[in-house]
Amino acid sequence: MSREILINSAYILASILFVLGLKMLGRQATARRGNLISGIGMLIAIVVTLLDHHVVNYTWILVGLGAGTVIGLACAYLVKMTAMPEMVALLNGFGGLASLIVGAAEFFRIRGGTVVPENPTFTATVTYLTILIGGITFTGSVYAFCKLAEWLSGRAITFGGQHIVNGLMLVATLVAGVVYVVSGDPQTVLLAFAVYTLLALVLGWTLVMPIGGGDMPVVISMLNSLSGVAACAAGFIISNNVLVVAGCLVGTSGVILTAIMCKAMNRSLANVLFSGFGSAPAKAAAGGEGAIQGELKPISAEDTFAVLEAARQVVIIPGYGMAVSQAQHVVRELAEMLEKNGAEVRFAIHPVAGRMPGHMNVLLAEANVPYEQLVEMDAVNPVMPTMDVAIVIGANDVVNPAAARDKSSPIYGMPIINAHEARTVICLKRGKGTGFSGLENQLFLLPNTRMLYGDAKASLQGVVSEFKSLAA
Amino acid sequence: MELILLFFIFTLAGFLGFELIAKVPSQLHTPLMSGSNAISGITIVGAIIAAGADDGSWITTVLGTAAVTLAMINVIGGYFVTDRMLGMFKKKDAPAKKEGSS
Repeated sequence: MSREILINSAYILASILFVLGLKMLGRQATARRGNLISGIGMLIAIVVTLLDHHVVNYTWILVGLGAGTVIGLACAYLVKMTAMPEMVALLNGFGGLASLIVGAAEFFRIRGGTVVPENPTFTATVTYLTILIGGITFTGSVYAFCKLAEWLSGRAITFGGQHIVNGLMLVATLVAGVVYVVSGDPQTVLLAFAVYTLLALVLGWTLVMPIGGGDMPVVISMLNSLSGVAACAAGFIISNNVLVVAGCLVGTSGVILTAIMCKAMNRSLANVLFSGFGSAPAKAAAGGEGAIQGELKPISAEDTFAVLEAARQVVIIPGYGMAVSQAQHVVRELAEMLEKNGAEVRFAIHPVAGRMPGHMNVLLAEANVPYEQLVEMDAVNPVMPTMDVAIVIGANDVVNPAAARDKSSPIYGMPIINAHEARTVICLKRGKGTGFSGLENQLFLLPNTRMLYGDAKASLQGVVSEFKSLAA
Repeated sequence: MELILLFFIFTLAGFLGFELIAKVPSQLHTPLMSGSNAISGITIVGAIIAAGADDGSWITTVLGTAAVTLAMINVIGGYFVTDRMLGMFKKKDAPAKKEGSS
Protein backbone atom coordinates (compact mmCIF):
# COMPACT_ATOMS: atom_id res chain seq x y z
CA MET A 1 0.00 0.00 0.00
CA SER A 2 2.75 2.43 0.93
CA ARG A 3 4.30 1.87 -2.46
CA GLU A 4 1.07 2.88 -4.12
CA ILE A 5 0.92 6.05 -2.08
CA LEU A 6 4.49 6.86 -3.09
CA ILE A 7 3.72 6.28 -6.75
CA ASN A 8 0.57 8.36 -6.69
CA SER A 9 2.27 11.19 -4.81
CA ALA A 10 4.97 11.20 -7.46
CA TYR A 11 2.29 11.33 -10.15
CA ILE A 12 0.78 14.37 -8.45
CA LEU A 13 4.21 16.00 -8.41
CA ALA A 14 4.69 15.16 -12.09
CA SER A 15 1.31 16.68 -12.93
CA ILE A 16 2.21 19.87 -11.05
CA LEU A 17 5.48 20.08 -12.98
CA PHE A 18 3.62 19.62 -16.28
CA VAL A 19 1.23 22.45 -15.43
CA LEU A 20 4.05 24.77 -14.34
CA GLY A 21 6.14 23.81 -17.35
CA LEU A 22 3.34 24.52 -19.81
CA LYS A 23 2.63 27.83 -18.15
CA MET A 24 6.28 28.85 -18.34
CA LEU A 25 6.48 27.74 -21.98
CA GLY A 26 4.05 30.55 -22.76
CA ARG A 27 6.54 33.31 -21.90
CA GLN A 28 9.76 34.10 -23.68
CA ALA A 29 11.81 34.68 -20.53
CA THR A 30 10.82 31.43 -18.85
CA ALA A 31 10.15 29.13 -21.81
CA ARG A 32 13.37 27.15 -21.71
CA ARG A 33 13.16 26.56 -17.96
CA GLY A 34 9.51 25.58 -18.38
CA ASN A 35 10.46 22.89 -20.86
CA LEU A 36 13.09 21.60 -18.44
CA ILE A 37 10.60 21.52 -15.58
CA SER A 38 8.08 19.58 -17.60
CA GLY A 39 10.90 17.21 -18.62
CA ILE A 40 11.72 16.60 -14.95
CA GLY A 41 8.05 15.81 -14.39
CA MET A 42 8.25 13.22 -17.16
CA LEU A 43 11.41 11.71 -15.68
CA ILE A 44 9.71 11.37 -12.28
CA ALA A 45 6.66 9.76 -13.86
CA ILE A 46 8.79 7.23 -15.74
CA VAL A 47 10.99 6.32 -12.76
CA VAL A 48 8.13 5.73 -10.31
CA THR A 49 6.22 3.69 -12.89
CA LEU A 50 9.18 1.31 -12.90
CA LEU A 51 8.42 0.72 -9.20
CA ASP A 52 4.81 -0.25 -9.92
CA HIS A 53 4.08 -3.73 -8.57
CA HIS A 54 2.62 -4.79 -11.93
CA VAL A 55 6.07 -4.31 -13.42
CA VAL A 56 8.14 -7.43 -12.86
CA ASN A 57 10.20 -7.84 -16.00
CA TYR A 58 12.58 -5.01 -16.80
CA THR A 59 14.48 -6.41 -19.76
CA TRP A 60 12.14 -5.27 -22.48
CA ILE A 61 11.35 -1.98 -20.80
CA LEU A 62 15.04 -1.12 -20.76
CA VAL A 63 15.40 -2.18 -24.39
CA GLY A 64 12.52 0.12 -25.34
CA LEU A 65 13.75 3.02 -23.23
CA GLY A 66 17.27 2.67 -24.64
CA ALA A 67 16.20 2.45 -28.26
CA GLY A 68 13.73 5.32 -27.84
CA THR A 69 16.38 7.51 -26.22
CA VAL A 70 18.92 6.94 -28.98
CA ILE A 71 16.42 7.51 -31.78
CA GLY A 72 14.86 10.50 -29.99
CA LEU A 73 18.22 12.19 -29.45
CA ALA A 74 19.22 11.56 -33.04
CA CYS A 75 15.95 13.13 -34.21
CA ALA A 76 16.33 16.12 -31.93
CA TYR A 77 19.88 16.99 -32.85
CA LEU A 78 20.22 15.94 -36.46
CA VAL A 79 17.06 17.53 -37.82
CA LYS A 80 17.50 20.78 -39.73
CA MET A 81 15.46 23.71 -38.53
CA THR A 82 13.80 23.96 -41.93
CA ALA A 83 12.60 20.39 -41.45
CA MET A 84 11.00 21.16 -38.11
CA PRO A 85 7.36 20.93 -39.29
CA GLU A 86 7.75 17.35 -40.52
CA MET A 87 9.73 16.46 -37.41
CA VAL A 88 6.94 17.68 -35.12
CA ALA A 89 4.40 15.81 -37.25
CA LEU A 90 6.39 12.59 -36.99
CA LEU A 91 6.82 12.84 -33.21
CA ASN A 92 3.08 13.41 -32.91
CA GLY A 93 2.52 10.28 -34.93
CA PHE A 94 4.76 8.22 -32.67
CA GLY A 95 2.87 9.44 -29.62
CA GLY A 96 -0.45 8.50 -31.23
CA LEU A 97 0.82 5.07 -32.24
CA ALA A 98 2.19 4.45 -28.73
CA SER A 99 -1.24 5.19 -27.25
CA LEU A 100 -2.89 2.92 -29.81
CA ILE A 101 -0.52 0.10 -28.87
CA VAL A 102 -1.11 0.64 -25.15
CA GLY A 103 -4.83 0.26 -25.88
CA ALA A 104 -4.22 -2.89 -27.91
CA ALA A 105 -1.96 -4.38 -25.22
CA GLU A 106 -4.64 -3.82 -22.59
CA PHE A 107 -7.18 -5.44 -24.90
CA PHE A 108 -5.03 -8.58 -25.13
CA ARG A 109 -4.33 -8.61 -21.40
CA ILE A 110 -8.03 -8.44 -20.60
CA ARG A 111 -8.74 -11.06 -23.23
CA GLY A 112 -6.06 -13.32 -21.79
CA GLY A 113 -7.64 -12.96 -18.38
CA THR A 114 -4.61 -11.48 -16.62
CA VAL A 115 -6.42 -8.21 -16.06
CA VAL A 116 -10.03 -8.11 -14.92
CA PRO A 117 -11.59 -4.67 -15.40
CA GLU A 118 -13.97 -3.41 -12.74
CA ASN A 119 -16.35 -2.09 -15.32
CA PRO A 120 -15.92 -4.03 -18.59
CA THR A 121 -18.28 -1.87 -20.66
CA PHE A 122 -16.49 1.33 -19.72
CA THR A 123 -13.04 -0.16 -20.28
CA ALA A 124 -14.10 -1.45 -23.68
CA THR A 125 -15.45 1.98 -24.61
CA VAL A 126 -12.27 3.83 -23.68
CA THR A 127 -10.11 1.16 -25.34
CA TYR A 128 -12.08 1.77 -28.51
CA LEU A 129 -11.62 5.54 -28.20
CA THR A 130 -7.89 5.22 -27.52
CA ILE A 131 -7.34 3.08 -30.58
CA LEU A 132 -9.57 5.21 -32.78
CA ILE A 133 -7.93 8.51 -31.81
CA GLY A 134 -4.43 7.03 -31.62
CA GLY A 135 -4.84 5.47 -35.06
CA ILE A 136 -6.11 8.65 -36.69
CA THR A 137 -3.29 10.61 -35.05
CA PHE A 138 -0.70 8.13 -36.27
CA THR A 139 -1.55 7.82 -39.95
CA GLY A 140 -2.72 11.44 -40.16
CA SER A 141 0.67 12.56 -38.85
CA VAL A 142 2.55 10.22 -41.15
CA TYR A 143 0.64 11.61 -44.11
CA ALA A 144 1.29 15.16 -42.94
CA PHE A 145 4.96 14.23 -42.60
CA CYS A 146 5.04 12.91 -46.16
CA LYS A 147 3.41 16.09 -47.46
CA LEU A 148 5.76 18.35 -45.52
CA ALA A 149 8.87 16.41 -46.47
CA GLU A 150 7.59 16.52 -50.05
CA TRP A 151 7.57 12.76 -50.34
CA LEU A 152 3.99 13.20 -51.47
CA SER A 153 2.32 16.13 -53.19
CA GLY A 154 1.56 18.95 -50.80
CA ARG A 155 -1.58 19.82 -52.70
CA ALA A 156 -4.95 18.88 -51.38
CA ILE A 157 -6.11 15.67 -52.99
CA THR A 158 -9.82 15.54 -53.58
CA PHE A 159 -12.04 13.19 -55.50
CA GLY A 160 -15.75 12.92 -56.07
CA GLY A 161 -17.64 11.40 -53.17
CA GLN A 162 -14.65 11.80 -50.86
CA HIS A 163 -16.79 13.00 -47.99
CA ILE A 164 -19.23 10.15 -48.56
CA VAL A 165 -16.43 7.58 -48.46
CA ASN A 166 -15.00 9.11 -45.30
CA GLY A 167 -18.46 9.37 -43.78
CA LEU A 168 -19.20 5.71 -44.52
CA MET A 169 -15.90 4.66 -42.99
CA LEU A 170 -16.66 6.70 -39.90
CA VAL A 171 -20.07 5.04 -39.60
CA ALA A 172 -18.45 1.61 -40.04
CA THR A 173 -15.97 2.50 -37.30
CA LEU A 174 -18.82 3.46 -34.98
CA VAL A 175 -20.73 0.25 -35.75
CA ALA A 176 -17.62 -1.85 -35.12
CA GLY A 177 -17.15 0.05 -31.86
CA VAL A 178 -20.68 -0.62 -30.69
CA VAL A 179 -20.37 -4.31 -31.59
CA TYR A 180 -17.06 -4.43 -29.77
CA VAL A 181 -18.48 -2.93 -26.59
CA VAL A 182 -21.80 -4.80 -26.56
CA SER A 183 -20.97 -8.24 -27.91
CA GLY A 184 -20.09 -11.00 -25.47
CA ASP A 185 -18.75 -13.42 -28.03
CA PRO A 186 -14.92 -13.45 -28.00
CA GLN A 187 -14.63 -14.11 -31.73
CA THR A 188 -16.97 -11.25 -32.63
CA VAL A 189 -15.15 -8.94 -30.24
CA LEU A 190 -11.79 -9.79 -31.80
CA LEU A 191 -13.16 -9.22 -35.29
CA ALA A 192 -14.69 -5.87 -34.33
CA PHE A 193 -11.40 -4.88 -32.69
CA ALA A 194 -9.48 -5.70 -35.87
CA VAL A 195 -12.00 -3.88 -38.06
CA TYR A 196 -12.05 -0.60 -36.16
CA THR A 197 -8.28 -0.58 -35.64
CA LEU A 198 -7.76 -0.92 -39.37
CA LEU A 199 -10.44 1.65 -40.17
CA ALA A 200 -8.94 4.16 -37.73
CA LEU A 201 -5.60 3.85 -39.50
CA VAL A 202 -7.19 4.32 -42.92
CA LEU A 203 -9.29 7.25 -41.69
CA GLY A 204 -6.27 9.17 -40.44
CA TRP A 205 -4.83 8.96 -43.92
CA THR A 206 -7.96 9.88 -45.83
CA LEU A 207 -8.92 12.72 -43.50
CA VAL A 208 -5.60 14.53 -44.05
CA MET A 209 -5.64 13.82 -47.79
CA PRO A 210 -7.91 16.73 -48.83
CA ILE A 211 -5.97 19.28 -46.76
CA GLY A 212 -3.41 21.33 -48.65
CA GLY A 213 0.09 22.39 -47.63
CA GLY A 214 -0.81 25.93 -46.60
CA ASP A 215 -3.34 24.63 -44.09
CA MET A 216 -0.72 22.48 -42.40
CA PRO A 217 -0.34 24.78 -39.35
CA VAL A 218 -3.93 23.90 -38.46
CA VAL A 219 -3.49 20.19 -39.13
CA ILE A 220 -0.30 19.88 -37.11
CA SER A 221 -1.68 21.66 -34.08
CA MET A 222 -4.85 19.58 -34.30
CA LEU A 223 -2.92 16.31 -34.49
CA ASN A 224 -0.87 17.52 -31.55
CA SER A 225 -4.06 17.99 -29.60
CA LEU A 226 -5.33 14.55 -30.64
CA SER A 227 -2.13 12.84 -29.49
CA GLY A 228 -2.87 14.26 -26.04
CA VAL A 229 -6.47 13.09 -26.18
CA ALA A 230 -5.30 9.59 -27.12
CA ALA A 231 -2.95 9.49 -24.11
CA CYS A 232 -5.79 10.76 -21.94
CA ALA A 233 -8.11 8.00 -23.16
CA ALA A 234 -5.38 5.44 -22.49
CA GLY A 235 -5.28 6.81 -18.95
CA PHE A 236 -8.94 5.88 -18.51
CA ILE A 237 -8.23 2.28 -19.61
CA ILE A 238 -5.61 1.70 -16.94
CA SER A 239 -7.19 4.13 -14.41
CA ASN A 240 -4.05 6.20 -14.26
CA ASN A 241 -4.51 9.81 -13.19
CA VAL A 242 -1.23 11.23 -14.52
CA LEU A 243 -2.11 10.02 -18.02
CA VAL A 244 -5.53 11.60 -17.75
CA VAL A 245 -4.18 14.93 -16.48
CA ALA A 246 -1.21 15.26 -18.84
CA GLY A 247 -3.13 14.00 -21.87
CA CYS A 248 -6.00 16.35 -21.16
CA LEU A 249 -3.65 19.33 -20.75
CA VAL A 250 -2.05 18.64 -24.11
CA GLY A 251 -5.44 18.07 -25.70
CA THR A 252 -6.94 21.35 -24.57
CA SER A 253 -3.83 23.45 -25.13
CA GLY A 254 -3.67 21.99 -28.64
CA VAL A 255 -7.28 23.01 -29.21
CA ILE A 256 -6.37 26.60 -28.34
CA LEU A 257 -3.46 26.64 -30.76
CA THR A 258 -5.67 25.15 -33.47
CA ALA A 259 -8.25 27.87 -32.84
CA ILE A 260 -5.56 30.57 -33.08
CA MET A 261 -4.46 29.17 -36.45
CA CYS A 262 -8.01 29.02 -37.80
CA LYS A 263 -8.68 32.55 -36.63
CA ALA A 264 -5.54 33.75 -38.39
CA MET A 265 -7.06 32.53 -41.63
CA ASN A 266 -10.59 33.58 -40.79
CA ARG A 267 -11.81 30.09 -41.52
CA SER A 268 -13.58 27.55 -39.41
CA LEU A 269 -11.92 24.27 -38.50
CA ALA A 270 -14.56 22.44 -40.53
CA ASN A 271 -13.71 24.57 -43.55
CA VAL A 272 -10.00 23.79 -43.20
CA LEU A 273 -10.60 20.07 -42.77
CA PHE A 274 -13.27 19.44 -45.35
CA SER A 275 -13.29 22.12 -48.04
CA GLY A 276 -10.38 20.73 -50.05
CA PHE A 277 -8.89 24.23 -50.14
CA GLY A 278 -5.93 24.50 -52.49
CA SER A 279 -6.69 21.34 -54.44
CA ALA A 280 -6.31 22.78 -57.90
CA PRO A 281 -5.20 26.10 -59.30
CA ALA A 282 -8.32 28.22 -59.04
CA LYS A 283 -9.33 30.72 -61.70
CA ALA A 284 -7.59 34.00 -61.12
CA ALA A 285 -10.13 36.28 -59.52
CA ALA A 286 -9.21 39.05 -61.91
CA GLY A 287 -12.75 39.97 -62.79
CA GLY A 288 -13.88 40.13 -59.18
CA GLU A 289 -15.19 43.19 -57.50
CA GLY A 290 -12.38 45.48 -56.35
CA ALA A 291 -9.80 43.42 -58.20
CA ILE A 292 -6.63 45.15 -59.22
CA GLN A 293 -5.60 45.25 -62.84
CA GLY A 294 -2.00 45.65 -63.80
CA GLU A 295 1.06 43.79 -64.85
CA LEU A 296 4.04 42.14 -63.23
CA LYS A 297 7.06 44.43 -63.21
CA PRO A 298 10.38 42.63 -62.75
CA ILE A 299 13.33 44.22 -60.99
CA SER A 300 17.01 43.32 -60.97
CA ALA A 301 19.24 42.80 -57.94
CA GLU A 302 21.07 46.07 -58.74
CA ASP A 303 17.87 48.09 -58.81
CA THR A 304 16.68 46.37 -55.64
CA PHE A 305 19.88 47.50 -53.99
CA ALA A 306 19.30 51.06 -55.16
CA VAL A 307 15.81 51.08 -53.66
CA LEU A 308 16.96 49.55 -50.39
CA GLU A 309 19.95 51.81 -50.06
CA ALA A 310 17.70 54.83 -49.96
CA ALA A 311 15.22 53.26 -47.55
CA ARG A 312 15.00 54.26 -43.91
CA GLN A 313 12.17 52.02 -42.79
CA VAL A 314 12.20 48.46 -44.06
CA VAL A 315 9.90 45.60 -43.22
CA ILE A 316 10.70 42.04 -44.22
CA ILE A 317 7.78 39.64 -44.61
CA PRO A 318 8.93 36.02 -44.80
CA GLY A 319 6.83 33.08 -45.94
CA TYR A 320 7.19 29.44 -46.77
CA GLY A 321 9.41 30.32 -49.76
CA MET A 322 12.11 31.47 -47.34
CA ALA A 323 12.09 28.04 -45.71
CA VAL A 324 12.17 26.25 -49.06
CA SER A 325 15.22 28.11 -50.28
CA GLN A 326 16.84 28.10 -46.80
CA ALA A 327 17.32 31.83 -47.14
CA GLN A 328 17.05 32.73 -43.44
CA HIS A 329 20.80 33.32 -42.96
CA VAL A 330 21.20 35.60 -45.96
CA VAL A 331 18.03 37.41 -44.89
CA ARG A 332 19.65 38.18 -41.57
CA GLU A 333 22.79 39.32 -43.39
CA LEU A 334 20.72 41.67 -45.53
CA ALA A 335 18.98 43.03 -42.43
CA GLU A 336 22.35 43.75 -40.83
CA MET A 337 23.55 45.54 -43.98
CA LEU A 338 20.42 47.65 -43.99
CA GLU A 339 20.87 48.55 -40.35
CA LYS A 340 24.48 49.49 -40.96
CA ASN A 341 23.19 51.68 -43.73
CA GLY A 342 21.00 53.48 -41.20
CA ALA A 343 17.66 51.83 -41.85
CA GLU A 344 15.36 50.41 -39.27
CA VAL A 345 14.46 46.81 -40.03
CA ARG A 346 11.46 44.86 -38.81
CA PHE A 347 10.35 41.35 -39.56
CA ALA A 348 6.59 41.03 -39.88
CA ILE A 349 5.35 37.52 -39.16
CA HIS A 350 1.91 36.30 -40.11
CA PRO A 351 0.57 33.67 -37.69
CA VAL A 352 0.11 31.07 -40.43
CA ALA A 353 3.19 31.88 -42.53
CA GLY A 354 4.97 28.62 -43.25
CA ARG A 355 3.87 25.12 -42.54
CA MET A 356 3.48 25.05 -38.77
CA PRO A 357 2.59 27.56 -36.06
CA GLY A 358 5.58 29.82 -35.43
CA HIS A 359 7.57 28.35 -38.32
CA MET A 360 9.13 31.67 -39.41
CA ASN A 361 10.11 32.62 -35.87
CA VAL A 362 12.08 29.41 -35.46
CA LEU A 363 13.92 29.86 -38.76
CA LEU A 364 14.85 33.48 -38.06
CA ALA A 365 15.95 32.57 -34.55
CA GLU A 366 18.21 29.94 -36.07
CA ALA A 367 19.77 32.67 -38.20
CA ASN A 368 20.37 34.75 -35.04
CA VAL A 369 17.75 37.38 -35.69
CA PRO A 370 16.96 38.80 -32.25
CA TYR A 371 13.36 38.20 -31.37
CA GLU A 372 12.70 41.85 -30.55
CA GLN A 373 12.95 42.51 -34.27
CA LEU A 374 10.09 40.12 -35.03
CA VAL A 375 6.73 41.85 -34.93
CA GLU A 376 3.30 40.33 -35.15
CA MET A 377 0.78 41.22 -37.81
CA ASP A 378 -1.39 43.40 -35.58
CA ALA A 379 1.61 45.44 -34.48
CA VAL A 380 3.04 46.09 -37.93
CA ASN A 381 -0.10 46.91 -39.89
CA PRO A 382 -0.72 50.32 -38.28
CA VAL A 383 2.80 51.51 -39.17
CA MET A 384 2.84 49.95 -42.63
CA PRO A 385 2.11 53.27 -44.47
CA THR A 386 5.32 54.70 -42.97
CA MET A 387 7.44 51.90 -44.41
CA ASP A 388 9.69 52.83 -47.31
CA VAL A 389 10.14 49.27 -48.51
CA ALA A 390 8.40 46.01 -47.77
CA ILE A 391 10.37 42.93 -48.85
CA VAL A 392 8.13 39.90 -49.31
CA ILE A 393 10.18 36.71 -49.29
CA GLY A 394 8.25 33.74 -50.60
CA ALA A 395 5.02 34.75 -48.90
CA ASN A 396 1.88 34.86 -50.95
CA ASP A 397 -1.64 34.52 -49.60
CA VAL A 398 -0.77 36.21 -46.30
CA VAL A 399 -0.02 39.46 -48.17
CA ASN A 400 -2.72 39.24 -50.84
CA PRO A 401 -4.81 42.42 -50.67
CA ALA A 402 -7.67 40.51 -52.32
CA ALA A 403 -8.33 39.10 -48.85
CA ALA A 404 -9.33 42.58 -47.76
CA ARG A 405 -10.90 43.95 -50.94
CA ASP A 406 -12.20 41.28 -53.25
CA LYS A 407 -15.38 39.71 -51.97
CA SER A 408 -15.29 37.05 -54.69
CA SER A 409 -11.86 35.82 -53.56
CA PRO A 410 -11.76 32.49 -51.72
CA ILE A 411 -9.48 34.04 -49.13
CA TYR A 412 -11.71 37.09 -48.61
CA GLY A 413 -11.80 37.98 -44.93
CA MET A 414 -8.47 36.45 -44.03
CA PRO A 415 -6.38 38.92 -42.01
CA ILE A 416 -3.27 39.87 -43.96
CA ILE A 417 -0.11 41.86 -43.49
CA ASN A 418 -0.79 45.07 -45.41
CA ALA A 419 2.41 45.00 -47.45
CA HIS A 420 0.62 46.91 -50.22
CA GLU A 421 0.50 50.01 -48.01
CA ALA A 422 4.29 50.34 -48.02
CA ARG A 423 5.73 52.87 -50.48
CA THR A 424 7.57 50.23 -52.44
CA VAL A 425 7.02 46.49 -52.33
CA ILE A 426 9.65 44.06 -53.51
CA CYS A 427 8.44 40.50 -53.90
CA LEU A 428 10.89 37.64 -54.13
CA LYS A 429 9.43 34.74 -55.99
CA ARG A 430 10.68 31.62 -57.70
CA GLY A 431 8.55 31.97 -60.79
CA LYS A 432 5.28 33.30 -62.05
CA GLY A 433 3.16 30.52 -60.52
CA THR A 434 0.40 31.15 -58.04
CA GLY A 435 0.53 30.56 -54.30
CA PHE A 436 -0.87 27.70 -52.31
CA SER A 437 -4.45 28.86 -52.71
CA GLY A 438 -3.97 28.89 -56.47
CA LEU A 439 -4.81 32.58 -56.62
CA GLU A 440 -3.02 35.24 -58.58
CA ASN A 441 -1.72 37.60 -55.96
CA GLN A 442 -3.05 41.07 -56.58
CA LEU A 443 -0.21 42.55 -54.59
CA PHE A 444 2.12 41.63 -57.45
CA LEU A 445 0.06 43.73 -59.88
CA LEU A 446 0.14 46.97 -57.90
CA PRO A 447 1.94 49.96 -59.43
CA ASN A 448 4.37 50.18 -56.50
CA THR A 449 5.30 46.47 -56.58
CA ARG A 450 8.42 45.07 -58.20
CA MET A 451 9.11 41.39 -58.71
CA LEU A 452 12.56 39.96 -57.99
CA TYR A 453 12.41 36.56 -59.67
CA GLY A 454 14.60 33.60 -58.86
CA ASP A 455 15.57 31.51 -55.87
CA ALA A 456 15.16 33.71 -52.79
CA LYS A 457 18.56 32.82 -51.39
CA ALA A 458 20.40 33.53 -54.64
CA SER A 459 18.49 36.79 -55.23
CA LEU A 460 19.24 38.06 -51.74
CA GLN A 461 22.89 37.10 -52.04
CA GLY A 462 22.98 39.28 -55.15
CA VAL A 463 21.59 42.23 -53.22
CA VAL A 464 23.91 41.63 -50.25
CA SER A 465 26.97 41.53 -52.50
CA GLU A 466 25.91 44.90 -53.92
CA PHE A 467 25.90 46.26 -50.37
CA LYS A 468 29.29 44.68 -49.74
CA SER A 469 30.83 46.22 -52.83
CA LEU A 470 29.53 49.57 -51.65
CA ALA A 471 31.22 49.12 -48.29
CA ALA A 472 34.49 48.02 -49.87
CA MET B 1 -16.17 5.68 -7.50
CA GLU B 2 -12.71 5.59 -9.02
CA LEU B 3 -14.18 6.33 -12.45
CA ILE B 4 -16.03 9.35 -11.12
CA LEU B 5 -12.80 10.63 -9.62
CA LEU B 6 -11.00 10.18 -12.92
CA PHE B 7 -13.71 12.15 -14.72
CA PHE B 8 -13.46 14.80 -12.04
CA ILE B 9 -9.71 15.14 -12.63
CA PHE B 10 -10.27 15.06 -16.38
CA THR B 11 -12.75 17.93 -16.30
CA LEU B 12 -10.57 20.12 -14.11
CA ALA B 13 -7.46 19.40 -16.18
CA GLY B 14 -9.39 20.39 -19.28
CA PHE B 15 -10.31 23.78 -17.86
CA LEU B 16 -6.76 24.25 -16.65
CA GLY B 17 -5.39 23.52 -20.12
CA PHE B 18 -7.64 26.16 -21.66
CA GLU B 19 -6.61 28.75 -19.09
CA LEU B 20 -2.89 27.99 -19.13
CA ILE B 21 -1.98 29.11 -22.60
CA ALA B 22 -4.70 31.52 -23.54
CA LYS B 23 -2.19 34.22 -24.48
CA VAL B 24 0.99 32.94 -26.02
CA PRO B 25 3.09 35.16 -28.30
CA SER B 26 3.31 33.68 -31.78
CA GLN B 27 7.10 33.32 -31.43
CA LEU B 28 6.47 30.56 -28.95
CA HIS B 29 3.90 28.65 -30.96
CA THR B 30 6.35 26.07 -32.26
CA PRO B 31 8.14 25.40 -28.95
CA LEU B 32 4.79 25.26 -27.19
CA MET B 33 3.57 22.71 -29.68
CA SER B 34 6.67 20.52 -29.57
CA GLY B 35 6.91 20.90 -25.79
CA SER B 36 3.31 19.84 -25.25
CA ASN B 37 3.87 17.10 -27.80
CA ALA B 38 6.59 15.74 -25.52
CA ILE B 39 4.13 15.73 -22.63
CA SER B 40 1.73 13.61 -24.66
CA GLY B 41 4.46 10.98 -24.50
CA ILE B 42 3.15 10.37 -20.96
CA THR B 43 1.46 7.38 -22.51
CA ILE B 44 4.84 5.77 -21.79
CA VAL B 45 3.53 5.09 -18.29
CA GLY B 46 0.90 2.75 -19.74
CA ALA B 47 3.49 1.30 -22.10
CA ILE B 48 5.90 0.47 -19.27
CA ILE B 49 3.18 -1.33 -17.33
CA ALA B 50 2.26 -3.36 -20.41
CA ALA B 51 5.85 -4.22 -21.27
CA GLY B 52 6.83 -5.12 -17.73
CA ALA B 53 3.81 -7.18 -16.73
CA ASP B 54 4.74 -10.83 -16.72
CA ASP B 55 1.56 -12.30 -18.15
CA GLY B 56 3.25 -15.14 -19.93
CA SER B 57 1.80 -13.63 -23.09
CA TRP B 58 4.30 -12.65 -25.72
CA ILE B 59 1.74 -10.41 -27.46
CA THR B 60 1.63 -8.01 -24.51
CA THR B 61 5.41 -7.96 -24.20
CA VAL B 62 5.94 -7.26 -27.89
CA LEU B 63 3.26 -4.57 -27.97
CA GLY B 64 4.48 -3.07 -24.70
CA THR B 65 8.09 -2.89 -25.88
CA ALA B 66 7.05 -1.27 -29.15
CA ALA B 67 4.93 1.24 -27.24
CA VAL B 68 7.76 2.05 -24.80
CA THR B 69 10.13 2.66 -27.72
CA LEU B 70 7.72 4.89 -29.63
CA ALA B 71 6.66 6.86 -26.57
CA MET B 72 10.29 7.32 -25.55
CA ILE B 73 11.15 8.70 -29.01
CA ASN B 74 8.24 11.10 -28.56
CA VAL B 75 9.41 12.13 -25.07
CA ILE B 76 13.14 12.46 -25.72
CA GLY B 77 12.80 13.89 -29.23
CA GLY B 78 10.13 16.33 -28.08
CA TYR B 79 11.93 17.72 -25.05
CA PHE B 80 15.35 17.97 -26.64
CA VAL B 81 14.20 19.52 -29.88
CA THR B 82 12.18 22.08 -27.92
CA ASP B 83 15.22 22.90 -25.83
CA ARG B 84 17.31 23.24 -28.97
CA MET B 85 14.81 25.66 -30.49
CA LEU B 86 14.42 27.74 -27.37
CA GLY B 87 18.20 27.95 -27.08
CA MET B 88 18.20 29.76 -30.41
CA PHE B 89 15.78 32.46 -29.33
CA LYS B 90 18.14 35.22 -28.35
CA LYS B 91 17.90 38.81 -27.42
CA LYS B 92 20.13 41.30 -29.13
CA ASP B 93 23.59 40.84 -27.56
CA ALA B 94 24.80 44.39 -27.96
CA PRO B 95 22.48 47.25 -26.98
CA ALA B 96 20.59 48.36 -30.07
CA LYS B 97 22.13 51.35 -31.80
CA LYS B 98 18.97 53.01 -32.93
CA GLU B 99 16.98 52.56 -29.78
CA GLY B 100 14.27 55.15 -29.45
CA SER B 101 14.35 56.10 -33.10
CA SER B 102 10.92 54.63 -33.79
